[in-house]
Amino acid sequence: MAGDRITYRECIKQAIREAMLADERVFMMGEDVGHYGGAFAVSKNLLQEFGPKRIMDTPLSEAGFVGAGIGAALGGMLPIVEIMTVNFSLLALDQIANNAATLLHMSGGQFNVPLVIRMSTGIGRQLAAQHSHSWEPIFAHIPGLRILSAGTHEDARYMLAPALADPDPVIIFEYTSMLNIERGLPETKTGVDISKAKVRREGRDITIITYGTGVYKALESASELAAAGIEAEVVDLRVLRPLDEETIVASVAKTSRAFIVEDASRSVSVSSEVSARIMEKCFYDLDAPVQRLCGAEVPIPYPKHLEDASVPQPAQIVTAIKKILQHDRV
Amino acid sequence: MEQQPEQTINLSKEQAQKLLYQMILIRKFEEKSAEMYTKEKIRGFLHLYVGEEAVAVGVLQALSPEDNVLCTYREHGHALVRGLEPGVIMAEMYGKQEGCSGGRGGSMHLFDAKTKFYGGNAIVAGHLAMAVGLALADRKMKRDQVTCCFFGEGAMAEGAFHEAMNLAALWQVPVLFVCENNLYAMGTALRYTHAQTKLEIKGAAYGITSASVDGMDLLQVMDAANKAVQTIRETGHPYFLVCNTYRFRAHSMFDAELYREKSEVDQWKQRDPIPAFTRYLKEQQLLTDTDLHEIESRVEVEVQQAVDFAETCSFEPVEELLKYTYSEKQN
Ligand SMILES: Cc1ncc(C[n+]2csc(CCOP(=O)(O)OP(=O)(O)O)c2C)c(N)n1
Repeated sequence: MAGDRITYRECIKQAIREAMLADERVFMMGEDVGHYGGAFAVSKNLLQEFGPKRIMDTPLSEAGFVGAGIGAALGGMLPIVEIMTVNFSLLALDQIANNAATLLHMSGGQFNVPLVIRMSTGIGRQLAAQHSHSWEPIFAHIPGLRILSAGTHEDARYMLAPALADPDPVIIFEYTSMLNIERGLPETKTGVDISKAKVRREGRDITIITYGTGVYKALESASELAAAGIEAEVVDLRVLRPLDEETIVASVAKTSRAFIVEDASRSVSVSSEVSARIMEKCFYDLDAPVQRLCGAEVPIPYPKHLEDASVPQPAQIVTAIKKILQHDRV
Repeated sequence: MEQQPEQTINLSKEQAQKLLYQMILIRKFEEKSAEMYTKEKIRGFLHLYVGEEAVAVGVLQALSPEDNVLCTYREHGHALVRGLEPGVIMAEMYGKQEGCSGGRGGSMHLFDAKTKFYGGNAIVAGHLAMAVGLALADRKMKRDQVTCCFFGEGAMAEGAFHEAMNLAALWQVPVLFVCENNLYAMGTALRYTHAQTKLEIKGAAYGITSASVDGMDLLQVMDAANKAVQTIRETGHPYFLVCNTYRFRAHSMFDAELYREKSEVDQWKQRDPIPAFTRYLKEQQLLTDTDLHEIESRVEVEVQQAVDFAETCSFEPVEELLKYTYSEKQN
């Protein structure tokens, strides 16, 4: 399969299909996942292949079907619950934060919840403020959850299987703006390690730490920087909770500089956390202050130019990093 | 729709005394809990069930050990009837590691895998959708079980109630929804919170077979619960049962009860399910004064033993703070 180009959407679909074939206990439910074919066509034709008992259309009841997913997981099934977009997940936040994340703990280890929730997220389709946020940090704040961000085709394709094997609730964030992107897919015989961040590109001058839509942007920027003689290392966080501090620390210790990129707005974000950890663990390794490029502190606007301005763009990454390194050399 | 007492229940002496024993055990255990709370042995929120005993006892006797049970934070009674050891419940309320949830949950979060007791849930209506999911799993796994979910009438105003009812009816899953209508959601009376106070109508609106029953009368609750569980086992469909009851004590230990008259409480106490059932059993010659005395002394001893046990239990070492955030075993 290596080398064949495949869309991000198709990666997710193949992952679901493979999971359904691998284990009878796996079923998927969500709004429009069946007859409609998935709001983003991710599950197109899966209903025809697996039938309505395994690809279950649900009513508009985010709290209801996420709660039912938790119950089904308690009852021994392996549900994949699709929430149409992260915006609507807020209606199910009670179930996610108060039930899925707490039951293991409150029951003194007796009841684990092997549930996977997939939801699409992201900014960039001019959908205005109620359909365009990057709310990953809200979920990354909650102990008891494992929060994954599929920032590459590899992860979109290979993250689901280990997520289903995890005995605890896992949320996978997928990015709507990436659905149509085609890429070659690496062969991942060992699967994705959902406890580790991944170094997507090695470098010696600076570490770009990012996730989600930031990954390809950072890689693109790194190529451009390489042309200017700057070797940036790109770390894809991939796991937003529990955070893989080790990989971050190792990379920053090597490059002595850190630059964090994320779409979510800056205040109380994943980058806030990563930045703080670098201060705690790598202060004496640093040759420059940690810097961040984040989403603007604004409900995402509808017009394209304002929407574009509200999230980091590759050109800004390049400029900012050149500045950090220049400053360093003065 | 409230059923008239039809005596379809024929109790043996042994059964009858067991039911009475369970109600008295709940009552005494709760009174002891209140005492231990004032002694600051139990902390946090403590919600007592005094007055509502006939509901837990009457409904749970209809279930088998394989069935799932979910409750609210007012669940000591249900846990006792389900067979959790009084000492283990008391230890949980003391926050001790020998408690049924390892001390991590406290009074509002009793859990027990052995008896399929899924909480102890403290978000009003938060467990209703989970009940639907457990029933869905049973059906998918082809297990012939009923999931029984208790909640108060306050929960019926939440959107989560309506989502769960709709899903249960849509998917036709075997859930017994039991509304314990004690007329108050904390301090707010039913009439101030529900536009439609005939609560059973709300189940019928979803096409769910619904009934209501006098929750102060054990025999009637048993009758209604047996019928409900039998119907669910036959059809695999959900069922909605409203038990009209009353709590004699405050909502929680923090409640000054400014919202109701003492005379109202006293009036309801006339219908206390325990003396009522005791009288009935005596009339039926299923209970003598000696039997009653024996039951009461047995309960007395068991409740004291529960406290003694909790006292001797230990607190989990702080080094284990982070345990049970994520599973240690793989799935
Ligand atoms: C979602 C939610 N809102 C508010 C509360 C606070 N609260 C706890 S119990 C309660 C009243 C619930 O009444 P009801 O459902 O009738 O049950 P009862 O306590 O009478 O058994 C309230 C408002 C809560 N725990 N959860």
